[in-house]
Amino acid sequence: MSEHNHEHNVSSPEITFGHPPAEGTGRIWKIFWLLSAVTVAELILGFGIAKHWYPSAAWILFIKGVICILSFAKAYYIVSVFMHLGDEIRNFIMTIVVPLCLFIWFIIAFLWDGDSWKKLRNKYGGEPAKTEQVAPAHHQGAKD
Amino acid sequence: MSTAAMQKETKWWSGGRSPFNASYGKVMMWYFLMSDAFTFGAFLISYGTIRFSQNFWTDPNKVFNSFPGLHGMDLPLAFVSLMTFILIASSVTMVLAVHEGHKMNKKGVEKYMILTIIGGFAFLACQAWEWTHLLTGDHVALLGNGTLDVVPTTVTMNPWGADVNPDAVAAALQGTPHDQLVNIASTVGHGGEAHHDMSALSNTELIDAITKGNIHVTHTGPIAFGGYFFGITGFHGFHVFSGVVINVVMWIKTRLGHFDERGHYEMIEKAGLYWHFVDLVWVFVFLCFYLI
Repeated sequence: MSEHNHEHNVSSPEITFGHPPAEGTGRIWKIFWLLSAVTVAELILGFGIAKHWYPSAAWILFIKGVICILSFAKAYYIVSVFMHLGDEIRNFIMTIVVPLCLFIWFIIAFLWDGDSWKKLRNKYGGEPAKTEQVAPAHHQGAKD
Repeated sequence: MSTAAMQKETKWWSGGRSPFNASYGKVMMWYFLMSDAFTFGAFLISYGTIRFSQNFWTDPNKVFNSFPGLHGMDLPLAFVSLMTFILIASSVTMVLAVHEGHKMNKKGVEKYMILTIIGGFAFLACQAWEWTHLLTGDHVALLGNGTLDVVPTTVTMNPWGADVNPDAVAAALQGTPHDQLVNIASTVGHGGEAHHDMSALSNTELIDAITKGNIHVTHTGPIAFGGYFFGITGFHGFHVFSGVVINVVMWIKTRLGHFDERGHYEMIEKAGLYWHFVDLVWVFVFLCFYLI
């Protein structure tokens, strides 16, 4: 086993088998061009919002959704290829990715919460509830 | 033999053998980054909550439309594109440094670490410019007291609200005190007249000059905008800065031959994980603050 470790420059005795020897840099550059292309696509779509290219609010919302999906694609390639998470064994990937699924609830719940605040404020005028203003001023001296 | 004895004494895994066939340090770096992802996620989602709770939100294309050296031009997304490409490029040089490390090529690691460090400094310089530009900004806003003034974007002030129509601007100018009129006239003036000359003018003359200057006036916007922008980009910038420090340390250790002595360049990989994470976070900061 130690001979096998030596072959692939394994960094620690904890590791029982080394990663395959690094291939060329072709994949890195491919991902670089992919990330650049996606970023340019995002910028063009975003520039369209700034320059009022889209006919309606629904269109703008749709474009923003597309930009979000493109950003998630970028995140996937950075994590999978640049950070080499895709090369790790599956159990390890799962210990990272499964907890991150909490974000699905996190995003939906809190944006919903914000939207609910807006609706309530618009409906009730943003005035604080009067009942909470009742101060026990008369009882201030009671303890003395 | 000793390892087997120790494993009987405790139920805690403490290295020595990897359940994931990865070193302890790398596994822990991943878990740190996962927790950091939640920290950034919480900040960005909190920003989203506040933004969704407002009827009006500041349009990023009006705030971030400047480029160093190109004064007065409307260039939405231009400068932040530059920042994004700097970070992507430095991510690539980092990954190439890791690649050279696998091949035990000391010179290659040194070269790509230097390029990554330069990229990091370039990004920080861009951010410094952008912050300075906003904090010393000269945008004219209609304040809550009905007067106009030149105000910057800070954590307590956001001049980027809805547009004010020309009639309301004319009415507000009448009620604006002399010193504020001087401020406004100085920003719309074409640089020919110095500040002290402006203060000698009467209110009517100042209002005339301002009206001829065709100023763009907005209401003040949601105050939370500045706090979130400076808070989140500042926290990200702090990560970039600490990443640059880590990369400098790694470059020095490479030069001193520490990793050759050790027989592997795994520290470069761990520093690389952190650096790529910084790039990853920027993807979402870029998305939330500039694009949508």
